[in-house]
Amino acid sequence: MKLTVNGKEASLADTEFITVSGLLDELKVESPLYVTVELNGKILQRANFDSTIVSDGDSLEFLYFMGGGERQCLPMPR
Amino acid sequence: MLTDAQIERYSRQIILHEVGGKGQQKLLDGRVLIIGAGGLGAPIALYLAAAGVGAIGIADPDEVDVSNLQRQVIHFTSDVGRAKVDSAKEKIEAINPGIRVNTYREYICAANIMGIIQDYDFVIDGTDNFAAKFLINDACVVGAKPYSHAGVLRFEGQTITVKPGESACYRCIFPSPPPADAIPTCAQAGVIGVLPGILGMIQATEAIKFLLGQGELLTGRLLTCNALTMKFREIPVQKAPSCPVCGVEPTIKEVSDEWDALVKCDLEKA
Repeated sequence: MKLTVNGKEASLADTEFITVSGLLDELKVESPLYVTVELNGKILQRANFDSTIVSDGDSLEFLYFMGGGERQCLPMPR
Repeated sequence: MLTDAQIERYSRQIILHEVGGKGQQKLLDGRVLIIGAGGLGAPIALYLAAAGVGAIGIADPDEVDVSNLQRQVIHFTSDVGRAKVDSAKEKIEAINPGIRVNTYREYICAANIMGIIQDYDFVIDGTDNFAAKFLINDACVVGAKPYSHAGVLRFEGQTITVKPGESACYRCIFPSPPPADAIPTCAQAGVIGVLPGILGMIQATEAIKFLLGQGELLTGRLLTCNALTMKFREIPVQKAPSCPVCGVEPTIKEVSDEWDALVKCDLEKA
């Protein structure tokens, strides 16, 4: 399946459908608990990450909390 | 009426069709609050002062540290140890003695924010922590005060302007702070010094456009900037019906401190 993630094309081989949680994992998105997901222009509720299905052609934006540089506190990159 | 001295000082923008004498008067009558005199707030304050924004409020509880100087260009080496608001006020007045500067040397919190923002036309979030960012959003939405949000991280930044009730707010994008237990460590992520300058200039531009009533504000779209690739992207964001502060059935009707959004290193520093 082909997706647009943050404006770039991403493809997942041998995958027809995946949940948003699964996709965050699959794409090894850094600090997933800090990510807000916009799917086809709509911001998703975090509670629905497990139940929302992503399919071919979908467009996603992973949006991060950003602080101010000085006291930016994030989980260490995995 | 502009004085001859004002006409001379602001001539390069007065000649712009979008500004003119009337626009300059709007700027001189304008009141902008900058929360945080740091990486974002420093260049914002300098440019708003230069442009002749008549009243500038600056809120920051901190003192200038030598590690601030890499990006907080309103503070000089000789200011280390001084209150940031005093250092900023002095530079603003040196650039433009015609500006009225109000300083608030305090943490912005639920108890004081509504009283402070009410005296301003436009608010700029130049803070460095999530708790303040949620608080400023909530206060500006509840108080119907247009404001500019920005955040920076390493080589990346993002900014959006919020017109409460009309365009998406910060909580439409980020409904709540990350779960407290998601914040196990305190990494000093750092930021390249020019980045808050880039984002801060966008915020200052928004304030000026708002005061002038010209152009299109950065509403309904989150602008992201990657300084390493020098790519800017615009992500359309809609007002969320489920938004806890500006949605159909808001659960946040007055401001409260988001202690959950304060992470370990905020607490250590406080």
